[in-house]
Amino acid sequence: MWSIVKQIARTGIRTEARPVASDALRVEAARIQREILDILGRALTIRQVDAGSCNGCELEIHALNNPYYNIEGLGIRFVASPRHADMLLVTGPVSRNMEVALKRTYAATPDPKLVVAVGACGCNGGIFGESYASCGQVSNVIPVDLAVPGCPPAPVEILRGILTAVNRCRTLPEAKSGLGGSLP
Amino acid sequence: MRIPGLTVDFEQLPGALPVFRSAVSADEWLTVPMTLIKGGGRLLSVWGTDRGGGQFAVCAAYAAREGLVWLDLPLGARTTYPDLTPLFPFANRMQRALFDLLGLRAEDAKDQRSWLNHGAWSPSHFPLREDNSGQARSTDLRPGDYPFVRVEGDGVHEIPVGPVHAGIIEPGHFRFSVVGEKVLRLEERLGYTHKGIERRFTQLPPLNAHRLAARISGDSTVAFTWAYCMALESATGTVASARSTWLRALMLEWERVANHLGDLGALGNDAALSFGLAQFSRLREDWLRMSAEIFGHRLLMDCIGPGGVARDLDRDGADRILLQCDTLEREVRFLRTVYDEHAGLQDRFITTGRVQPELAAKLGLTGLAGRASGVAADLRRDYPWHPYDKLDVKVATHRNGDVAARVTMRFEETLESLRLIRILCKGLPRGAVHTELALPEKPACGAGWIEGWRGEVFVALELDGSDNGGGIRRCHCHDPSWQNWPVLEHAVIGNIVPDFPLINKSFNLSYSGHDL
Repeated sequence: MWSIVKQIARTGIRTEARPVASDALRVEAARIQREILDILGRALTIRQVDAGSCNGCELEIHALNNPYYNIEGLGIRFVASPRHADMLLVTGPVSRNMEVALKRTYAATPDPKLVVAVGACGCNGGIFGESYASCGQVSNVIPVDLAVPGCPPAPVEILRGILTAVNRCRTLPEAKSGLGGSLP
Repeated sequence: MRIPGLTVDFEQLPGALPVFRSAVSADEWLTVPMTLIKGGGRLLSVWGTDRGGGQFAVCAAYAAREGLVWLDLPLGARTTYPDLTPLFPFANRMQRALFDLLGLRAEDAKDQRSWLNHGAWSPSHFPLREDNSGQARSTDLRPGDYPFVRVEGDGVHEIPVGPVHAGIIEPGHFRFSVVGEKVLRLEERLGYTHKGIERRFTQLPPLNAHRLAARISGDSTVAFTWAYCMALESATGTVASARSTWLRALMLEWERVANHLGDLGALGNDAALSFGLAQFSRLREDWLRMSAEIFGHRLLMDCIGPGGVARDLDRDGADRILLQCDTLEREVRFLRTVYDEHAGLQDRFITTGRVQPELAAKLGLTGLAGRASGVAADLRRDYPWHPYDKLDVKVATHRNGDVAARVTMRFEETLESLRLIRILCKGLPRGAVHTELALPEKPACGAGWIEGWRGEVFVALELDGSDNGGGIRRCHCHDPSWQNWPVLEHAVIGNIVPDFPLINKSFNLSYSGHDL
């Protein structure tokens, strides 16, 4: 026990500054309403859905829980059920074998909800594209608010995407003009 | 070339590891493996090829004492071949996948359920056949419609889990039959991440398809990319430079350490020691940040390419790696004492999810999990290709076959890999890091075989030759998870449901690498 406490003290606090938002990531700025942000903007719960990825994106999403990114310290938590979630974080080209499961997960997530597609495959199908087995990008299957490119995107980019989606960090003025659209 | 005990005449393929290939008859398809088993041989993979013009072939790869034995059974227009499951029970899923993708059926096989096709494509429309565009979809998705084996009896009930899992994990379905908390039976259903990788390979230029190999399984990107490049270099008769081979080995060990660090943290966390996750995930992050700086990518994707590696390592980079190895080793040794001395943790680890050595041998358990159950196989020692012939790899093995043994394996392999990384950094030979490849004019084939962090990764490549369009005829990729997933079903029998996440994590098998 004593050695654990000593190691914790020796390690110290490693958490780094959070990233700033990037409106370049927005796919559907109009979908993000002020009122959603009022509801979701403080504590955010995320259900991660691997819809067919190679697992590279999952490894980097996992990293958000490490002390450097400390995502829970920002009030953001990964939850075990879509029914507890405000946001779906979806990776992969959506495999046809996951198409139904992804749609059901989306339907099970209570409104208002946000969808962030992570990775090159989630953004545009990536190297896998569309085929007998792949639906390609996430927005071919469910509505997407924000897409984070990269193969896989570094954890800080994924975090930037999540924070941008909920307007939790400093944003550029023009982003705000996109707010106030109607919820589909 | 002859292998003792066999009458078949083999051709040895060029390449770093010994690979022997031969066409065989339907009789030899079964008699050759029977002979190989007696010499300690094991089945690696089963796959099929459409050779064009309605000509099919089914292939199997075995690991024998002499090296890798690749059998090719030409079927002509026939679509059946002799069943391998009586010899190797775990051939079942590979044979079912082979039917789903190519329509070749194992004669008289008992289990004929679809494996990869969940209704996404028509059961009479096989995506790996030449006459199929690879785009045709069925609209008849029936993911829930799968005949699981039922367990009957008083008080038995089923727990369905997945495909969307409760954590940040790949998708798959587990069907538990339980009495109270005790697991009577687990049946897996995989294939959810099947995204048509083997079909996609045939659409990519051979010199560019290593990027697809890098994305078969994100945690084994080095192993698969190297295996693909090894197969391509074998098919083209190219010898990669010594320097690039040393750098590839450096990255392979780097990947092993990165994964072991992640798993050690997650295993601590699954047994409620969140301190372990915090510490190991910090060490993993330091390790990945360094790989981004030194090699150009956190997970080392696309750092290996046909004929060499993407980036050279300079003296300064090597020195920084050596420094990082010292820091990491100190921390890992300390954390190992914490894990070893933590009574609560050991109580969860010891005897949990046990696979006895006899069962492991019978079911073909391989890789890290195999070595934790007495299966002492490691390509780096058994067929030491360059530079492993200079490294004298010490293979850790244990016989308890429980979660504790698989945790210990990870500690020992991490320390051994750090030793290898130091040698690789210090002894890096001079020379170029890239060799030009010339694609063959005639059809050619090659094999790649690499001991990845999870176990042996295998790639079988058939090129059309530039006279026939210069494309990839077939690229079959095999992940050790094919062998190990069925063993996980046995490992959980008699354990309680809450121990499943811990047992599952201790195997940490790939979904994407299996589903392709």
